[in-house]
Amino acid sequence: MLAWMIYLSFAGALVEALLPKGRAGLARGLALVVAAGGLVIAALGFAAGAGNGRVTIVDVPWVSSMGIHYTLAADGISLVLVLLTGLAAVAGVLFSWNIELRVNEFFAFFLALIGGVYGVFLSFDVFLLFVFYEIAIVPKYFLIAIWGSTRREYAAMKLALYSFAGSAMVLIGLLAAYATAGSHSTGLVQLGQAGLPVHFQMWAFPLVFVGFAILAGMWPFHTWAPTGHVAAPTAASMLLAGVVMKLGAYGCLRVAMSLFPHGMDPWGFSFIGIGSWRDVFAVLAVIGIVYGALVALVQSDFKFVIGYSSVSHMGFVLLGLMTLNQIGMTGAVLQMFSHGVLAGLLFAIVGRMVYDRTHTRQLAELERMHLSRRMPFIAGAFVIAGMASMGLPGFSGFVAELQVLAGAWKANPWWTAAAGVGIVVGVAYTWRALQKAFFSDVRPTAEDHPKTGWHDLGAITWPEAAGFSLLCLASLWVGLYPRILLDAIEPAVKTLLAGGGQ
Amino acid sequence: MNYADLFRVTLPETMLEIAALLVLVVDLAFLRKAGLRVRAAAAALVGVVGCGAAAWAMSATGGAALHAGDELLLAGGGSAAVAQYGILALTALTLLLLIDSVFTRHVGEFVAVVLMAATGGLLIAAAQDLLVIFIGLELLSLGLYILTAFAKQSGRSAEGALKYYLFGGMSAAFLLFGFSYLYGLTGSTNLQGIMQVIHSAKGANAAPLLLVSLVMIAAGLGFKVAAAPFHFWAPDAYEGAPAPGAAFIASVSKVASFALLISIGVAGAYASGTSNAPNEGFLGPWALVVTVLSLASMLAGNLAALAQISVRRLLAYSAIAHAGYILLGLAFFSRSNASAAAILYYILTYGLTTIGAFGVVGVVERATGSDRMDAFLGLHKRNPLLAVVLLVLFLSLAGIPPLVGFWAKFNLFAAVLSVGAGPIAFALVALAVALSAVSLYYYLQVLKRAFVMPAVDNSAGKVEKISVHPVTMIVLVAIAAAVVVMGCFPALLQGWIAGFYPVT
Repeated sequence: MLAWMIYLSFAGALVEALLPKGRAGLARGLALVVAAGGLVIAALGFAAGAGNGRVTIVDVPWVSSMGIHYTLAADGISLVLVLLTGLAAVAGVLFSWNIELRVNEFFAFFLALIGGVYGVFLSFDVFLLFVFYEIAIVPKYFLIAIWGSTRREYAAMKLALYSFAGSAMVLIGLLAAYATAGSHSTGLVQLGQAGLPVHFQMWAFPLVFVGFAILAGMWPFHTWAPTGHVAAPTAASMLLAGVVMKLGAYGCLRVAMSLFPHGMDPWGFSFIGIGSWRDVFAVLAVIGIVYGALVALVQSDFKFVIGYSSVSHMGFVLLGLMTLNQIGMTGAVLQMFSHGVLAGLLFAIVGRMVYDRTHTRQLAELERMHLSRRMPFIAGAFVIAGMASMGLPGFSGFVAELQVLAGAWKANPWWTAAAGVGIVVGVAYTWRALQKAFFSDVRPTAEDHPKTGWHDLGAITWPEAAGFSLLCLASLWVGLYPRILLDAIEPAVKTLLAGGGQ
Repeated sequence: MNYADLFRVTLPETMLEIAALLVLVVDLAFLRKAGLRVRAAAAALVGVVGCGAAAWAMSATGGAALHAGDELLLAGGGSAAVAQYGILALTALTLLLLIDSVFTRHVGEFVAVVLMAATGGLLIAAAQDLLVIFIGLELLSLGLYILTAFAKQSGRSAEGALKYYLFGGMSAAFLLFGFSYLYGLTGSTNLQGIMQVIHSAKGANAAPLLLVSLVMIAAGLGFKVAAAPFHFWAPDAYEGAPAPGAAFIASVSKVASFALLISIGVAGAYASGTSNAPNEGFLGPWALVVTVLSLASMLAGNLAALAQISVRRLLAYSAIAHAGYILLGLAFFSRSNASAAAILYYILTYGLTTIGAFGVVGVVERATGSDRMDAFLGLHKRNPLLAVVLLVLFLSLAGIPPLVGFWAKFNLFAAVLSVGAGPIAFALVALAVALSAVSLYYYLQVLKRAFVMPAVDNSAGKVEKISVHPVTMIVLVAIAAAVVVMGCFPALLQGWIAGFYPVT
């Protein structure tokens, strides 16, 4: 049943592309129906499959001469991420309700991207996964280049080339693994059991890991992320930060770490405390956490604050993966979900709710607008989202980051200490943005009056309220009752760890 | 060999020649007063029927080979048959795109030359003897020079053709020179005979001379497939030739030339399989020369394409880059059929895609009078269907799944890695994959103009639509659909190709 999400999304994309121009309402309605259908299937699948271990959905030969199978399956990790994708898709459609330019094309690219993302999360054949992974690249480019804002063509091209360069690294690694294994199967499980030589894994692991981690926003390959997020239209930022960055992290976990587990073994020597690829990537993740937070602290553009906060939060995911212990990796997967929801929420508030009313994202200009009085709902929304993003108890981010930090402590206390700094700075930048954008008491000067205009900023529309509620409730729900996801994630992580991969 | 055998084996070629003559007769005798459109349609129709008849003849003779004594002259079945079917299909597609062309009034002659050049292609796809190879190559090449020059009112066309011709003449001389060395070294003009002598003890003494001869041959054949550094004609010829001519040069001629390279590789692999030191003798030096060509082509093609503003020149440099990838497959050639099948898969799908790409360029060119990238501005508004076709074809050329271009690269690189497992093969494949990431940039430059940037308004402030002849549109959509379908079900074409090889 889960496979139908993929087909439904692609079919939706095709129908959207064929819709006559000028039927914006129809295009929106159809996109909402398709996205909601995907969410319903994801939720049903989650309810039915959580905790059941890996369930194969479909497994037929695809390219028999190469041993490539069309294998779709789901374990707890896949189910959680598929659920996240469903949520992000519905929220994305709701928050792009006001798009008027080439509406049907917008939703065609949007749904094609969603279909590709579903495909990646459900693929259990490395090359099938790779195919879906690449399918997601092209729609991203067009979504940003056509409907984006600030330096959109530059940002879109940068994103496309970074993604494609990353996937080229992945492809090289996978081809080499396929040739080295000599087995006639490309299934994740079979290839994982092929017994690849340790010296091969030692160089294939960093290659494939970095290839995927580029899309996860790992420092220093993160620079596409802030520019891409800022340039993208709201729904695309939500998807980029919400699910596309998760594709990268998921690839790191599912492909790089499970195919090449010995790539993380110690090198046998250590240099300034770094003795394996695992240490290298953990340190990069920690740098990403602190660096992203510090840079977010000094941004003058509201959306860049959120863009860099994504880099910081994704650092937690990568750090969690590199702990290689149960609690840390569980936390990493939970953080993927949590950040997906929260980043979507923050981008929706900044890019859609605030920007579309004020037509500026400059904190210096927002300062003079007294938004907390003029848009109390949005200010309240950002307070909630900001608190969740800071990692306040009661929201999903708290549970996830706590677990990652606990896992990191077990692996190497210094990582935890450094990442803790990132959390403190995280509070600071969220606070700063909140204060400047909404609660500043800077008096507007005389010449500001006509320019920024005290025109009516417009009431909250129902799609905005619905999208906000959906994401906010999801975060609260997981924050208050994390077991619902943990019950699915923990057994899957345990299997991964036990098998030295699969 | 007797003449009945010769007639039977060369029946497809004969069919094409008959069709070429028929086209001339129909055009010159019966349709002298008819309009250009009717004549073009009639000529294309006769040509397509001729290709169909040739394909029928091929299936009827069942891939028989032609021997002279105990030496193989023309191969039957296997790679040769795949390439020949491919040549016929691609020729037919090129002819269909000719229907609404207006670059010449002499459509009959154009179609006849296309068919004769295709005959040359069929010959070299199967040829196993240096003399037959040379004659086939000349038959093909002469046709291509004429096709390039066919837009008589265009100075570019003449310039491109002259450059093509001068380079072609020189490279033919190199090739012949290389062949003469090969004959002098081995005393045979037959590929397998040559290989056997080279791999025997006698050949081992001739290594330096052999290398000289192979470099000469590589120069001649490198020109045919537009491999760097013998590629200088390609951008000018692609830019100057009328669109169907350019499509033919970029597809059919490539298929035929690569089929010939496969024949050489197969003969070398066959002989080395029986020798004690498989990397001595022929395959070692040959692989070295081809690797150098491949490396140069990948780099020169991809990097030069980045700077192009003419879409035709961009396609030319991308063709050079693609030739580089394929040559990599030839450099690491397997004794099984895996390499040959992967190369054929690549070149056939590449030919198909590139014909479609030139079809789109031709349509846009006729509407705007230019093949600059800016001519594609706002294509999604001016003709949405055409823009989608362009999107599919260019993404396939860039190697984005699930389009067929991805599987072509994938098969090829997998074949290379399965033959040469060493660090050199791996580094070359890594470079090729990395460069295809680079190639996405220039393909996106065109797509960006087609989809993202706004159309240039005419004086009335309205966006001009681009109208397309229905047959052209159907052909282009069919090509795009084939690219998608073969991409989603890559086993279809693979299975078809594998069916031509004996089951091992």
